[in-house]
Amino acid sequence: MLTKRIIPCLDIKDGKTVKGINFENIKNVGDPVELGTYYAQQGADELVFLDITATNEKRKTLTELVTRIAKNINIPFTVGGGISSVDDVSALLNAGADKVSVNTSAVKDPDLLDRLSKQFGNQCIVLAIDTKFDEVEWFVYLNGGRVATNIKTVEWAKEAVRRGAGEILLTSMNNDGTKNGFALDITRKVSEAVSVPVIASGGAGSMQHFVDVFREGKADAALAASIFHYKEIEINELKIFLKKNNIQIRG
Amino acid sequence: MGNVASVQKALNFLNIENVISNNSDIINKSGYIILPGVGSFSQGMNNLKKYGLVDLLTDQVINKKKPFLGICLGMQLLAQKGSEPHETNGMGWIKGEVIKINTKEKRIPHLGWNSVNVINSRYFSDLTSLDFYFIHSYHLKVKDPALVSSTVNYGIDIVSSVQKENIFGTQFHPEKSQSAGLQLLKSFFEINA
Repeated sequence: MLTKRIIPCLDIKDGKTVKGINFENIKNVGDPVELGTYYAQQGADELVFLDITATNEKRKTLTELVTRIAKNINIPFTVGGGISSVDDVSALLNAGADKVSVNTSAVKDPDLLDRLSKQFGNQCIVLAIDTKFDEVEWFVYLNGGRVATNIKTVEWAKEAVRRGAGEILLTSMNNDGTKNGFALDITRKVSEAVSVPVIASGGAGSMQHFVDVFREGKADAALAASIFHYKEIEINELKIFLKKNNIQIRG
Repeated sequence: MGNVASVQKALNFLNIENVISNNSDIINKSGYIILPGVGSFSQGMNNLKKYGLVDLLTDQVINKKKPFLGICLGMQLLAQKGSEPHETNGMGWIKGEVIKINTKEKRIPHLGWNSVNVINSRYFSDLTSLDFYFIHSYHLKVKDPALVSSTVNYGIDIVSSVQKENIFGTQFHPEKSQSAGLQLLKSFFEINA
């Protein structure tokens, strides 16, 4: 049986792991390769590395870091941040990344998803969506959550999958950094609207939150950062807890 | 073909000397051949043809019986034909075809960790775990059930590995499957040593 995935996310700035509360107040929490290796040993099913400053600083690739990661870690990993062209993706995949995630660039140029999936196959193209609930509706936000749009999240997810996204990484900005749990309603809505796997992100604070997002949010994978970085939850303990709650888990 | 870098890194980790090449002299001299691959079936075949590798690999693997491992698309290309994105002839070493996964309840691609059911234990006997990493939307339907070495359940039973004499192919990615994957790669080299 296919298992639910636990994915630590490592936000990267200048080659270092960082985590911001609501994407601000950035603090260093370690070396990406060291931390990634630790998580893999603890039973992480995949890793995500996001260069959170890339969109602003127009930095193109993390090729050197990706090469180091691939050399040391033998579970799948996704790299994102400032990716906007076939050439960017080609460089990262050749350096050893398994998947890449695109966000702002795909909203601005939706055809990018068609070009990427045609060239590399949709299995390695992850669409990241930063979403925020605005009184009545969940909308898509750009540039690490700083720029609002009038695009509805579910509609964008559906279009992206039609164009070639092979997976959706959905981050709720309302929940991110709060430790009050994942956004179950929008995760479930996106999950039911698309045929590809959905990774829920933002708000994990307890082990029960993971049970909730798999059961009620219908997520295929759950991503978190601070609770792992600060060892508030250890991945091996989380997996034991999930198994006890009858969630299908590897290991 | 995308995951070739990851395969190389896994081999380096196991201290297995390796080279990434499409050069006929190097391939002729090699002791083993691994064909990784991600992307579409037709693109994969076009690339093999472009570099003259179909005849070369057929000579090495079918005539000279060199140990061969195909991974993911590299396994699928062994079939007689594929359908991604349109019907294309494969290398035809394994009778069967590659079709889109058709299971209404489930998500496509079949993506993540799933445990395999071992049918032929040749390469699987010493493994401490049978959880492997899968990422694919198409699967290989094999005509001769005797060639199926393991299956994986995803609503339907899917062929997760094939074995025929010196030919071994895995739908999953051993290079991404942590200790189980490394053990499997190691046993491929040891058993064929």
